[in-house]
Amino acid sequence: MADVDNPAFDVSLVKGDRQWRPLVEGPAGRPPKRLTIGRVALYVILIAAAIFFLIPAYVMIMTSIKPMDEIRAGGMLSLPLSPTIEPWIIAWSSTCSGLVCDGLAPGFFNSIKITVLGVFFAVLAGAVTGYAMSFWKFRGSDAVFAILIFGAFVPYQILIYPLARIYSSIGLYGSLAGLVVVHTMFGLPITTLMFRNFFRTVPPELFKAARVDGAGFIRIFLQIILPMSAPIVIVAVIWTATGIWNDYIMGLVFGGRDSKPMTTILNNIILGEFGERRYNVEMAATFITAMVPLLIYLFSGRWFIRGVTAGSVKG
Amino acid sequence: MNSWIARFALVPAAMVAFGVFVGCLLWTLVLSFTNSKLLPSYRWVGLDQYEKLFSSSRWAVSVENIVVFGIWYIGLCLLFGYILAVLVDQRVRGEALLRTIYLSPHAMSLIVTGLVWAWFLNPQLGLQGFLRGLGWESFSFAWLADPNLAIYAVVIAAVWRGTGLVMILMLAGLRGVDQEMLKNLQVDGVPKWRVYAQVVPPIVAPMILTSVVLLAAGVINSYDLIVAMTRGGPGISTEVPGKFVMEHFFARADVGVATAGATVMLAALVVIAAPLLYLRSRISQRREASGG
Repeated sequence: MADVDNPAFDVSLVKGDRQWRPLVEGPAGRPPKRLTIGRVALYVILIAAAIFFLIPAYVMIMTSIKPMDEIRAGGMLSLPLSPTIEPWIIAWSSTCSGLVCDGLAPGFFNSIKITVLGVFFAVLAGAVTGYAMSFWKFRGSDAVFAILIFGAFVPYQILIYPLARIYSSIGLYGSLAGLVVVHTMFGLPITTLMFRNFFRTVPPELFKAARVDGAGFIRIFLQIILPMSAPIVIVAVIWTATGIWNDYIMGLVFGGRDSKPMTTILNNIILGEFGERRYNVEMAATFITAMVPLLIYLFSGRWFIRGVTAGSVKG
Repeated sequence: MNSWIARFALVPAAMVAFGVFVGCLLWTLVLSFTNSKLLPSYRWVGLDQYEKLFSSSRWAVSVENIVVFGIWYIGLCLLFGYILAVLVDQRVRGEALLRTIYLSPHAMSLIVTGLVWAWFLNPQLGLQGFLRGLGWESFSFAWLADPNLAIYAVVIAAVWRGTGLVMILMLAGLRGVDQEMLKNLQVDGVPKWRVYAQVVPPIVAPMILTSVVLLAAGVINSYDLIVAMTRGGPGISTEVPGKFVMEHFFARADVGVATAGATVMLAALVVIAAPLLYLRSRISQRREASGG
């Protein structure tokens, strides 16, 4: 049974490394007991780095709960004297994005729909494609795979205009369905890669035995392959979910008046702030947009890291 | 029958690969040799659009920016990512928590990253204002308002987001290094810093190359971060090719120049990534051959 801590899981990381220590298991050995000057310096640097990575989030949250006069008085890093949730309410429900003044809420629900459906189809398509490529090898599947990976790498700018032409000619332009389709297509290379690498760790005898028993393509997939794929499904779901949620360019190009995702609306909100800028509302809106992937990240921990390493090492 | 179904299962992937990726790429390529304006036109004009592109001062600024940005961004991400990975790998307490913190910016979108850093580095009310308010009157950090320095402010934001990714990849590489060998070197009296400066980097070379390819692809695709953080300004001082192309497609209705720009972006990516990927596969082949 392939489990997520199997070194072979991160195929490209471990090829031929006998000394491999799993990333999630942590270091080889316990921390030394004695605290030397060197160790103290080590911790000082590590904590300083942690502060650097945390400060923008801290500033974002603090700004979002301060009244504007406190912000104008300076003191960006100080705690709020009279905290308020009003900026959050304005950001969520009434601030203007272009001519529409409904706040971020419509974008939030659009992003939820786009992400849930996009993840579902991208992961399903990746699982089926990876399965067909791994166990039912035939001529041409390697070429398809190579082109998929290439497609995941190229700048969007090289594909986006023809795609927009196709979209407008078949009436997908500006619809939620269109965004789901585009995310499915651009998610497919990496999900296929993840499943393909994962299936390499499945003993081929398992598949052969099922074939001998007379099981077919669909039955083997549903009854044997899919049940053992839980770990890679989780990794692929987390990876695609954060990717789709954080997308901006596809939402910008293919989102219509009523189907814009949250990132696009967020950017329009801040672009549209004229005159006296309400930094607290801006930062509340920014933080609300960042919250979903951040929560996914915090709750999924090692699965997210799996996704980063498995999804990064393309090909 | 079953291999028929299997073949059928690959149809969507093949359609995406050939229909969308190859098809759209070739279409863009063809359009770059035509006089397309708002709508595609198929009147062949040879290299005219490329000439127009390269004579545009806005494009020249964009290219210069992306080179400066790319060198600093990749260099600093590799340096900090490697150092952090080495430090985290010293059997420290709370490794999981530290890793979680370092990688956390990677969970945020580039739009969020850009907006937060634009606010944090806001010349009046941001870091500069804060430190001046504390009494450090002479403190000056207004890069975002300075056309010569704004691109470096973007570098800071991008490095903040990218370092964690490199750290994780490097850490995965370090975890593959033979611990016995490191111990033996220490017994032989080789100082630790020399081990990590000279001995370890060649061992984790595949991870370094992977990181460079990923970071370089991110550099060439740069768009969201610039849009959110500087909108290309002050003036056109932080324009980048990705933004130039998008604007010529959708705002300026100059599809000919935009497709030419997109083609140049793709060519740049291929020229940079191909040798690195080749080198990486050579290294892993050699290692497999020597049974490492």
